[in-house]
Amino acid sequence: MATKMDDEEKQKLYDEFVKGIWRENPVFIQVLGLCPSLAVTNSLMNGIAMGAAVLFVLVCSSFLISLLRNVIPKPVRISIYIVVIATFVTAVDFTLAAVAPDLHKSLGAFIALIVVNCLILGRAEAFAGRHGVKESVADAIGMSIGFTLALCLIGGIREALGNGTLLGYSLFGPNFEPWVIMILPPGGFLTLGAYLFLFAYFKERSEEKKQRQADAARNLTEGRRAA
Amino acid sequence: MKRHAPDLIITTAPFLREGSSTPELMRQVLLATIPVVAAGTWFFGFGALLVIFTATVGAVAAEWFLSGNRSGLGTLADGSALLTGILLGLTLPPPIPLWMAFLGGAVAIALGKVIWGGLGHNIFNPALVGRAFLQAAFPEPMTTWSAPVSSWFSSSSPYVAVDPRTFALPLMRVKTDVITAATPLGLAKFQGKGTDLWSLFFGNTGGSIGETCAVLLILCGLWLASRRALEWRLPVAALSSVFVFSSTLHLIDSTRYPGPLFMLLSGGILFGSVFMVTDPVTTPITRTGAWVFGAGLGFLVVLIRIFGGLPEAVMFSILLMNAVTPLINRATQPRTFGY
Repeated sequence: MATKMDDEEKQKLYDEFVKGIWRENPVFIQVLGLCPSLAVTNSLMNGIAMGAAVLFVLVCSSFLISLLRNVIPKPVRISIYIVVIATFVTAVDFTLAAVAPDLHKSLGAFIALIVVNCLILGRAEAFAGRHGVKESVADAIGMSIGFTLALCLIGGIREALGNGTLLGYSLFGPNFEPWVIMILPPGGFLTLGAYLFLFAYFKERSEEKKQRQADAARNLTEGRRAA
Repeated sequence: MKRHAPDLIITTAPFLREGSSTPELMRQVLLATIPVVAAGTWFFGFGALLVIFTATVGAVAAEWFLSGNRSGLGTLADGSALLTGILLGLTLPPPIPLWMAFLGGAVAIALGKVIWGGLGHNIFNPALVGRAFLQAAFPEPMTTWSAPVSSWFSSSSPYVAVDPRTFALPLMRVKTDVITAATPLGLAKFQGKGTDLWSLFFGNTGGSIGETCAVLLILCGLWLASRRALEWRLPVAALSSVFVFSSTLHLIDSTRYPGPLFMLLSGGILFGSVFMVTDPVTTPITRTGAWVFGAGLGFLVVLIRIFGGLPEAVMFSILLMNAVTPLINRATQPRTFGY
């Protein structure tokens, strides 16, 4: 009896964890947190660093907010969320400045702007404020992995085409002709748009397939009934 | 007894139809591009023809791939993708690598047309969207010009002249020491050198494949206007606006600012006026609007050419004016009769 409960709970936690990575990917499906996704993804390294910073902030703030959800007064909850998030962002900001000053410089103001990232506030408001600690942390980890994945996908394409490198390693040799536009802001919009297009396309196709299967099954049963 | 249906058709206006159609219009403009393509090939060699061809293939392939039609010609049948590709090819510099021309054609159709909902729904001129993308992505190849290999009556080797850079592998470049030439506008801006007006008129200068030969472009424009295939007010307004603004500057200080004839014959203003400004989708449909569009275009061209950082401005000016076209259309809507 107890083991069955455990299994169910584990399955639920796993579901909360895995949904953010692909099915409800914060950038490609929910279209949240676009400011860093567009602004800092001109190289893969920036994408990874931004993702790691968001991972830390999101997990810590989700943990704290879900812990405090019953003592936070409803009317002022947003300001309290912001204070909690800003605390962790400040920690990340100073840590990064001390450990990796170059990276801190290339990410610029966007580390500080994690405070107002709608992904983090969105998870606090929509999930951590209404669920237990374990689910909230699972959800936060999944969401930030999905966010990091999206940033890496965008940053990888932009760095490969705009600079001919990936993580600084040359991909195409010395005769590569860089696509200057890809490391400039328009490249971010073009790449993100292309990904959104792809995700929408595949979603539509899988829904059509499901619809066809359902139709076929219904036709089969109706055919049997008629026979 | 059998009753005949009455020969009475009850319908609403319009009662008279002109009988012209989109494919017919596209065919006329396509015919008008043939001499321009031929002249570009003559002046810049066989490589120029390859560039135009590849840009067209890119545009047609993107239209076929993205329009979702898998039987028959689909949206290719109206010829607009073909025209977009050819027009893009004509605005490219002759020694551009072929893979860039292909990419430009595909981007022109994908980002310039299909993404808005297809022909008639796009805000910006598709060919110029493709060119603007290439200009932003590859600023160096897009501003490397080659000198013409032929003049009107003499040629060194037009049929074999292909720049080695043309055949760069996809994503790559070829490093060569090919003699490059500046465009007349580049010469005027960066080296303070003028160009003989007759050379500009007959096309014996560096520049984009289709833009150099002024006399041919004027003839093509006149032919299209005589077939009513273009709204003559648009090019006339654009060219007069360039004339007025550049003459004003020239009269103020003739040593610093080039004369109006130089401004009209050099660069892409004639090509743009005949083939881009007259695009019925992205330019005003009202008569007053046509004059407003042309005036604004000429002002922007003169402004950017003389005071901006780039020597040429026609592409950006047309795209900017495309952006305000819906506003112009709304502001110049004629009053309904009787109100």
